[in-house]
Amino acid sequence: MSVQRGQQVLELAKVCRTFGDGATSVAALRDVDLTIDAGEFVAVMGPSGSGKSSLLALSGGLDRPTSGGIFVESTPLADLGLNELARLRRRAVGYVFQDFNLVPTLTAAENVALPLELDGTPSREAYRQAREAMDLVGIPELANRFMDEMSGGQQQRVAIARAIIGERRLILADEPTGALDSTTGQGVMEVLRSRADAGAAVMLVTHEARHAAWADRVVFIRDGRIVDQAAAMHDPAMLLAQAGF
Amino acid sequence: MSIRHSLLALLQDQPRYGYQLRVEFESRTGATWPLNIGQVYTTLDRLERDGLVQNDGDDGEGHVIYSITPEGSLAVRSWFDAPVERNNPPRNELAIKLALAVTLPGVDVAAIIQAQRVASIRALQDYTKVRRDTAANQRPADTAWLLVLDSLIFQTEAEVRWLDLCEARMVQQAEAAKSQSARQQSTGVTSEEVRRAEARR
Ligand SMILES: Nc1ncnc2c1ncn2[C@@H]1O[C@H](COP(=O)(O)OP(=O)(O)O)[C@@H](O)[C@H]1O
Ligand SMILES: [Mg+2]
Repeated sequence: MSVQRGQQVLELAKVCRTFGDGATSVAALRDVDLTIDAGEFVAVMGPSGSGKSSLLALSGGLDRPTSGGIFVESTPLADLGLNELARLRRRAVGYVFQDFNLVPTLTAAENVALPLELDGTPSREAYRQAREAMDLVGIPELANRFMDEMSGGQQQRVAIARAIIGERRLILADEPTGALDSTTGQGVMEVLRSRADAGAAVMLVTHEARHAAWADRVVFIRDGRIVDQAAAMHDPAMLLAQAGF
Repeated sequence: MSIRHSLLALLQDQPRYGYQLRVEFESRTGATWPLNIGQVYTTLDRLERDGLVQNDGDDGEGHVIYSITPEGSLAVRSWFDAPVERNNPPRNELAIKLALAVTLPGVDVAAIIQAQRVASIRALQDYTKVRRDTAANQRPADTAWLLVLDSLIFQTEAEVRWLDLCEARMVQQAEAAKSQSARQQSTGVTSEEVRRAEARR
């Protein structure tokens, strides 16, 4: 991957997002500061309605903040027009939606190849990379299936393959393990972890502590604010001593 | 954790001396429970006193060899047969702490829960990392260690889920209390009056 480890891929500075106005307005995010480096895997946890999906949507350029700045590889998203934003999303940002968002009239492999094709990669090459991404998430056999021929868990993995295809430097995943059994869920964590180890910045929204534990850093969000962060200690001796052994 | 039974189980395998028992125990459990050599000798003394092991004397290199007796084998057998008693590991300090916290005025229970959640997730991150590294270059001897790690991961995960539940309960209670006081305000009845009315019933 072309990105250097440690380089800042995502930055949110004093980001606020308010929906509606007046008495019924909802502050989904308030004064959020967050940076994610290349090679870093960050998990976001928080109660339902705390602003996790809003945080991801803003980071991926799917939504605009009410105030504050969002930078992807130092580019302020506010400076990008809709076309440029769409291009950035196809090239640099992989997004796994809570509800998959796959195109029903395309096969699984075509869905996965779509962002590359839209960006001008020749169809053959895009398809080859799609098969590769599908191998990585463990669904090589689903290439020619349509959405209505797959289970929720299978569709979810297609969505993940689509998010990691190409050289995505920022991967955003909103509860990608929701429809998966625990073994498959762990497989998804392995894929996200390996993307981060290869240099991508990864942000995962999850309510499962077991999955969040794969991240380098866990960010806790509540009522639209980041209230805490946890980073691993990587000191097994101390940790086992603390476990009472 | 029963050092007594663990040492017996190792002697069931073959006769050994104190230091060997310690090394063997640590390698089989992935050094999860560092055993103090003094503990090993005291335990061997007691086992000998109780007739569960016998002292076979010096091996010629200054090591005192112990072997298991028939009574000892029986004890190992019943240890493996019986489930571990529930109250054995968890004198659950966290549960006790939270139970006290919710009953004491002026204690910020939400903050206690969140601090604990951060600590638990951090531990979970570490276990997961160690597990990932171990599994990535797994040697046959790591099987037992991976089992121990899995157990720690499941326990910690359960702890986090339990914390989530505690928090949800508190939110529910707070909301119930709020709507109750709102109801009372809207009827113009104070909570003191409600209490007195209830006491009269
Ligand atoms: N498009 C929207 N219009 C109005 N309110 C919204 C919209 N999207 C999110 N919200 C509100 O913003 C808050 C945060 O939502 P969200 O980011 O989806 O939370 P989470 O993903 O943590 O459950 C919630 O109160 C939600 O109702
Ligand atoms: Mg959400």
